[in-house]
Amino acid sequence: MNYFEVKQKENQTLLICKGEWIIYKASSIEKEFKKLKLTFPLTIDVSSVNDFDSAGVIEFITIYKKLKAKGKIKVIGYNQKELELFKLLEPTIDIKLPHKKSFFLDDVGKAAIEGFKNFLLFLAFLGETFAKFFYSIKPKNFRYKEMVYHIYTSGVGALFIIALTSFLVGMVVAYQASVQLHKFGADIFIVDTIGISVTRELAPLITAIVVAGRSGSSYTAEIGAMKITEEINAMKSMGFDVYAFLVWPRILALVISLPLLTFFADIVGIYGGLIASKFELGISFSQFVERLYEVLKVKHYILGLIKTPVFAATIALIGCFRGFLVSDNTQSIGLQTTASVVNSIFLVIAFDALFSVIYTELGI
Amino acid sequence: MKKPIIKVQDLVTKFGDRVIHDHISFEIFEKEIFGILGGSGSGKSVLVKEIIMLLRPFSGKISIFGKDISTLSFKEAQELKRSWGVLFQFGALFTSLTVAQNIAMPLIEYTTLSKKQIEHIVAAKLELVGLKPFVASMYPSELSGGMIKRAALARALALDPKLLFLDEPTSGLDPVGARNFDKLIQELRDILDLTVVMITHDLDSIFTILDRMLLIADKKIAAYGTIKEVLASTHPFVEEFFKNDFVKKRYLKELNV
Ligand SMILES: Nc1ncnc2c1ncn2[C@@H]1O[C@H](COP(=O)(O)OP(=O)(O)OP(=O)(O)O)[C@@H](O)[C@H]1O
Ligand SMILES: [Mg+2]
Repeated sequence: MNYFEVKQKENQTLLICKGEWIIYKASSIEKEFKKLKLTFPLTIDVSSVNDFDSAGVIEFITIYKKLKAKGKIKVIGYNQKELELFKLLEPTIDIKLPHKKSFFLDDVGKAAIEGFKNFLLFLAFLGETFAKFFYSIKPKNFRYKEMVYHIYTSGVGALFIIALTSFLVGMVVAYQASVQLHKFGADIFIVDTIGISVTRELAPLITAIVVAGRSGSSYTAEIGAMKITEEINAMKSMGFDVYAFLVWPRILALVISLPLLTFFADIVGIYGGLIASKFELGISFSQFVERLYEVLKVKHYILGLIKTPVFAATIALIGCFRGFLVSDNTQSIGLQTTASVVNSIFLVIAFDALFSVIYTELGI
Repeated sequence: MKKPIIKVQDLVTKFGDRVIHDHISFEIFEKEIFGILGGSGSGKSVLVKEIIMLLRPFSGKISIFGKDISTLSFKEAQELKRSWGVLFQFGALFTSLTVAQNIAMPLIEYTTLSKKQIEHIVAAKLELVGLKPFVASMYPSELSGGMIKRAALARALALDPKLLFLDEPTSGLDPVGARNFDKLIQELRDILDLTVVMITHDLDSIFTILDRMLLIADKKIAAYGTIKEVLASTHPFVEEFFKNDFVKKRYLKELNV
């Protein structure tokens, strides 16, 4: 035994505590104590304990209380400091800390109510955002600098990654289609496939998804961090309107940059298809461009672009809204950022589907 | 002769071209309450951050328990970091954990204590720093500034460190709370043989609980030693800090000793 020693003296039991009674040993002490078989009356001798700290003393108090409840005990061999610490800590041992217990159904219910509340809050946020529109774009109130900054980071900053993704998507589509078209000897139709699918669907969608991942998340994280550091409260207390300062510059920045990015993605995507067609089907560049000129009506390109401001507003609104939902801890920044990206990508796809239905119904 | 626990030699700190500390040296002895004083922005927090290995000094040597901290292995550094508790100027509690979880965190990470034992220790530390049990289940964002300070002190004390660093522990506390805090620190030092290094502007703390202190002004040490020795200095900053009418009236007794 490392921490205890039991001796029988006449009709008395002597429990000798020894060793280091410190925090790193407290669990071993407890284990050893459980193995002890003690009889009463009992004398506890602590004079051989050669080091103690508050956790050790707390452990001693626990043991002391347990034994005291069972029979007559006496403690000997302590010094002044140990006594002081004992006296200081003894009353704390009976303190009960509150525990929040949660039951599975509670959590389900809470999550459901939370979801519904968030939906209502989102409606309120939307309403307030649009109510502040005219206020925010008054030249006096409009935040040009912020908007330009966000155009730069969300727009210009995204050029490279958008070029890369749309090039690859254009190429992949061309490769996939070329296999099928070649079977029918309809090689040249690859140009129709690429041109129309990229401009109408792929470029707007891919661009929106990349921007949702890049900028939607950063809007949430920025605004969320500002909320935690009470910057938002500071702004409000100075009479700065958060919709004019934070929300509208971001919405407008995306509404301006997403169409431009999509236009860029159109070009790069078609270029990706052009390269793939050349290698896979041997269609020369001039053949491709000539055919493209014939079949790709401006209408397709415009129908693709029309969708993008809607996507942009969705991403920016969700990003900002989720940022304001961040509560006072750092974990919720992560949760809200995740939710922001998931929601905005889902909504972008949902809106895209809606547009498809509308376009089909209109026969365009 | 008392044993120095922390020894700082020829320390120079720079941020870019800006020099914060210009060749400062001092020692902190075992079981003393050592104060770091100085005006705002004089580099007190930075000095402590260098000692606790969060920042690297530009040059100079810092030894703790006789070991140069710049040459420690990862394992030695981990061990050293467990032997001290730190109360940051702004609390720095983990915002996604409750107060009880904050205090329990180092215990869970570094010890094999049972749940019950951890609970006892958490309750004891809360009581020690003067927080009511119901605070245990609250989150840092729900606490007042003073409560954050106390909770952060409880966390710093969790592992029963031998060395305690406190960055302005009494700022943001009510006057009664501040004096109790001072008393608590003194009590802990006496009972648990702690060495306490505290940054403070609080005159009451300076006059009542500090054993020795260090005054940083103009990138250098303006005064160093017991309150008596510091008051004997004629450095302009000491004059300004201690020998104005307010201090003279209020701490007449202490000044005359
Ligand atoms: N990461 C950093 N980068 C650049 N400069 C810094 C950095 N951290 C601190 N400083 C500078 O170092 C100086 C000292 O800062 P420090 O936080 O130590 O002040 P302090 O003495 O603790 O003041 P206070 O009493 O206001 O807390 C300040 O002038 C500050 O501008
Ligand atoms: Mg500071």
